[in-house]
This record gives sequence, C-alpha cells and structure tokens, in this order.
Amino acid sequence: MMEGDLGLWAIPLAILGGAIRVSTPFLFVSLGELLTERSGRINLGLEGTLVFGAMSGYAVAYLTGSAWTGVLAAAAAGSVFGLVHGVLCSLPRVNDIAIGIALMLLGMGLAFYFGKPFIQPVAPDLPAIPLGWWAESPQVQASLRVNVLFLIGIVAAVALWWMFRATRVGLLIRVVGDSTDAARAMGLRPAVIRTLATAAGGAFAGVGGAYLSLFYPGSWNEGISSGQGLMAVALVIFARWNPIACFWAAILFGGAGALGPALQSVGVSEGYYLFYAAPYVLTLALLIATSSPTRAMTGAPGELSITK
Amino acid sequence: MTHSPLSRRAVLKGGAAVAGAAALAPLPQRAAASGGLTVGFIYVGPKDDFGYNQAHAEGAAAVKAMEGVTVVEEENVAETIDVQKSMESMINFDGATLLFPTSFGYFDPHILEVAPKYPELRFQHCGGLWQKDVHPENVGSYFGYIGMGQYLNGITAGHATQTKKIGFVAAKPIPQVLLNINSYLLGARAVDPSITCQVIFTGEWSLAVKEAEATNALADAGCDVVTCHVDGPKVVMETAASRGMFLNGYHADQSALGADTYLTGAEWNWAQVYTDMVEATMAGEAIPNFVRGGLAENFVKMSPLGPAVTDAARNQFDATKAEILKGGFAVIRGPLKDNRGNVIATEGQGFEETDVALESMDYLVEGVVGSTS
Repeated sequence: MMEGDLGLWAIPLAILGGAIRVSTPFLFVSLGELLTERSGRINLGLEGTLVFGAMSGYAVAYLTGSAWTGVLAAAAAGSVFGLVHGVLCSLPRVNDIAIGIALMLLGMGLAFYFGKPFIQPVAPDLPAIPLGWWAESPQVQASLRVNVLFLIGIVAAVALWWMFRATRVGLLIRVVGDSTDAARAMGLRPAVIRTLATAAGGAFAGVGGAYLSLFYPGSWNEGISSGQGLMAVALVIFARWNPIACFWAAILFGGAGALGPALQSVGVSEGYYLFYAAPYVLTLALLIATSSPTRAMTGAPGELSITK
Repeated sequence: MTHSPLSRRAVLKGGAAVAGAAALAPLPQRAAASGGLTVGFIYVGPKDDFGYNQAHAEGAAAVKAMEGVTVVEEENVAETIDVQKSMESMINFDGATLLFPTSFGYFDPHILEVAPKYPELRFQHCGGLWQKDVHPENVGSYFGYIGMGQYLNGITAGHATQTKKIGFVAAKPIPQVLLNINSYLLGARAVDPSITCQVIFTGEWSLAVKEAEATNALADAGCDVVTCHVDGPKVVMETAASRGMFLNGYHADQSALGADTYLTGAEWNWAQVYTDMVEATMAGEAIPNFVRGGLAENFVKMSPLGPAVTDAARNQFDATKAEILKGGFAVIRGPLKDNRGNVIATEGQGFEETDVALESMDYLVEGVVGSTS
C-alpha cells in the first residue's frame, strides 16, 4: 500500500496536507475573534472556548453517537461562553481583556473537570471527503482528505467578508466597532450588538474545538489545543481584520507547522527545534515587514482597546 | 480574704497547656486515621492518557487497594516550581511520608530542592540517575528496562513490515528515548538487517497535533509499522491505524485503539513495583536508592500478541523473550556503529540491560534515520 518513494516531493505535499489538516481550528477561532473585534471588543478567552468546545463536542458525540450533534453542542457551548463575556463586558468599568483571560482559565478548568470521563472512550469521527481519489499515490490521497468543516470554514470566511462589505448587519457591527458615539447617535445599542457578536464569535471557536477532538487529531485530551486558540487571536491582527486574509493566515500556520515533521521524515533532521519555531519566525517577519511608524494599523476597528 | 486556689499564674499555665495540646492534637489523630502510611503520587499529565501517566496511576491504584495505606494523587503537575508546591502540600497538609513524583523532569532541580528539607521522608523518583554522595540519601531512583520491550516490539515489526521502513514518534532525545529507538530498530534488524527506522522528534511530551502530523509524515515517507515514546500514545495509535499502519504500543495496552493491526506493546508493570516498595516501607525496611528491573523482575511486560502477528514472528518473539528472561542479554552489542559512523561497540563487546552506561546514551544506531539535536 505504501509503494512509491516521493523523495523531496514529500515536503510540499506534507505542507499542503498539513495546511488542510491543521489550519481549520486556526481558521474558525480567528473568524470568531474577527467578528468580536470588528464590533469593538477583544475576547482573549477563545483558547478556553476552543478547549471547552473540543471537550463538549467529543463528549456529546460519544454520548449520542453522532459527530455532527457534537459539533452543534460545541457551537452552543462556545456561544454561551461568548455571551457571558459579552454580558460581563457590557457592565460599566469592566475590562474586556481581563474578562477574556478569566474566561480562558475558566473554560479550560471546566473542560478538564467535565472531560475526565471522556479521555478514554472513542467517539465517532467527522467524515472526510476524499478529494484525492484521482491520485495513484496513497500519500496524495491522504493529504487531500478534506474535512467538511474546512470547506464550511472557507464558506464562512467568504460570507463574513461579504457581510461586512455589503449587508446591513455587517455595517451595524462596523459602526459599533469604529465609534461608540456614532452608533449611539444612530440610535443603536452598542452593548447589545457587541454581546451578540461575541456570542457568535464564541460559537465559531467552539466549532474549531470540535474539529480538534472529532477529526484531527481526533481525540479528547487535556493537551489537545496547545495554545492554538491564543495564536488564532494573534492571527486576526496579522490578517488585519480581513476574513479572507484570516483564511490565508490559517493556511500559512497550518502548513508551517507541518514543516518540522515533514523535513525529519525525508531525513533533514538537524535542528528540528528551529523548524518548529518556523510559524512564529514567519509571523514576526511579516509583521515587521508590514508595519509602519507613520500610520496606524490599517483595518483596525476604532473602538478596540489595544489600538486606541 | 481567702486565697483563691487558682492563682493568676496557674491559670496562665493551664491555658497554655490546653492551647498547646489543642495545637498538637490534630497531627497524631490524622496519622491514626490514615492507618500509618500516606503515599503521594504526582503525574505530569492526566492519569488516564493511555500512556505513561496511566501506567503509573494503575500502580497507584494497586497501592490504594492495600490495607492501611492512604493514597493522595495530583495530576497535570508541570515540571516546574509547581511540582515543589505539590510535594510540599502533600507533605504538610496530607501527611505523606512516601512520595512518588513520577515524571523525568521532576528530579533535577525540584526533588533535589525539596528532599533535603525533609530528611525523614522518602522521595522515590522514576527514571532519574541517582548517584551516591551527590544526591540526598532519602531520594531513590527506580526504572524498568523497557528497552527490551521495544526490542521485542521491533521483532514483531520486522516481520510485519513490507516496505522495510518502520517509524518512531519520539518526544525528546533523552537517553531512555534513544535507547527505545535503538532497541526498536535492532529488534527489527534481528529479523531483516536491511530494515531502517525513521524517527521524528516532536520536542514535547504531549503535543497532540504535532504527534498526529509526525505520524502522517511517517506514513507519507513509506513507514508501515509505527511505535512511539510520548506521554499519551493515543493520538499516534489512532492516526496510524487510520493510515493502515501496524502498531506497536508503548507505556500501556493500546490494543483497543487499533484492534486488527496492533502487534504487541511494551508496557510498564508499576503495580508490582509500587506494592513491593510500600510493603517494604510499612515493614520498616529501607528501599534501596537505586532500583532497576526488567521483564524477568516483572517491572515490564508485553501486551498479548495481536491477530496480525504471524507464526514465524511469534516463534522468534517467544524465543527472544525466553533468552532475555535468562539474563545477560545485550541489545546493544558489537560490531555496532552509530548513524554518524562512530563505533559504539566492537566485535564481542556488549552492553547488558543492567549496564549503567546505557542510561547516558546520546546516539542513534546505524539504520536509524534521524538526529539527536
């Protein structure tokens, strides 16, 4: 079954496969964070939401026998976390960053506590679409096993981009995010819109978690996220608050993460710790290259506490 | 005016005595309630991870079942100052007098920091290299020769592989991991000397996504049998099973994760080791500072052979196991070079499993594709 040595072609193939496999959680969490930030708030708690989504999705999938029910449960759990963040931040003199960190720790703690009995059982996996059916090589076939959630993520990225650009809802979120005063003058209620945007963002992060536990790597354990939720929050800034750019950033991170194992598998094994740092070096390089001392960050919502 | 029988001084004295008694009372009471011995176990990850921590927790469960022993456990304790706090709280709040901090990284500097403060207590560490006159007398080190288990794993892998390439997902290049990798390949080479072993280091003990990526990379590189040395092998086993690879387990029995393609696995048998140590402590005997054991001493065991193991493989597996149980078997034996061409052992030279030199291994043998840095 494994015939055919690909030689150095294994590297780009592994990066492509890794980009498709690993990027989905980054994509969902960063889209969720983008939605929240465009409304003028930062939710740093998405790492906790991701982990709780992974746990609740896995648990519900195991208990009901349906992976898709698990995804819905993860989305629901995520939106509850988002709602809590949104409501708490609507109170006077509450800092959204502090609440986010508190919710991150709470989400992880709750997930570890309720997730104990689900580390051992094996839950059903989400189905994958074998887009590599045309290829002879099993490696290519394996790389192109694309999960439905990845495709949904792409659709969601395009839909969000269109929403912010061309719909009333998108415009409302942008107004609220850019100027509280302008929104009030228009008769909008910024707190309500922000809370709803945060809840929707939480649902995205929950689905990202469900992808981790139900597809890749496909099991629940306490180390499942290893900081992907936090990186995804940073990705939003990297992507300049543009949903399409979020997609490319997620692909980039996923592919760069596959570089280390892929290089070792073809025998380039010296200095693997350096290869593992590749995504972060890349981020730093791109941020430096695109930064400017003379103008503010383009695309940043005006009400965001980090850019004010 | 009559003199009161209770002078002010007598009242003060009495009060102090009562207060003193009240302060002292809880300690003996707690010791009595716990029946004498409280044992603390500390794990670096969740104790049901299908792996390293589960193996230790199964040992702790056996201790828990013993008469007159109280077990306190804490999981997910990082190899940082956190483990010092965990040890201190087990000692001061739970009254633990025998501690098993089980992760490799707990030893230096954390156990070495805490142990001298409590010379009357005992700290048993898994895997560390305790040295007389260098390390405290109340610290003990124990470990099993699980490399032999990986050698036996390798024999089943050598018979199962079609591509003559087997894979190893490793966490960090520490001596125990390197010995496992080398033993795995040498076991496979005992079947067919043309077999090579591809190793991928993930850099951490538990990184689910990276372990899955590493397993996929091994499958893409043409490896068709895989084993690992990470804390929780569940992700590696499930990913490998989904890629149609044969599996060799590690730490605990993972046959449930890939029923048809699970060949066998190298497992810890801590239940035996821990109950022995706790019995010795309760009997007032000293535990030696440096305890090691292998298949013969029941420190290590093998998973039952799976359905994919052929008769030829079974015969060689059984014969080699019998040889190992006799004692004196050397996996690392000459002529042998490392994968950079340096001579490890010359003709006739061998390192038996008990050889302490193996515990500072820093090379990968010829035939392993990979590097230690």
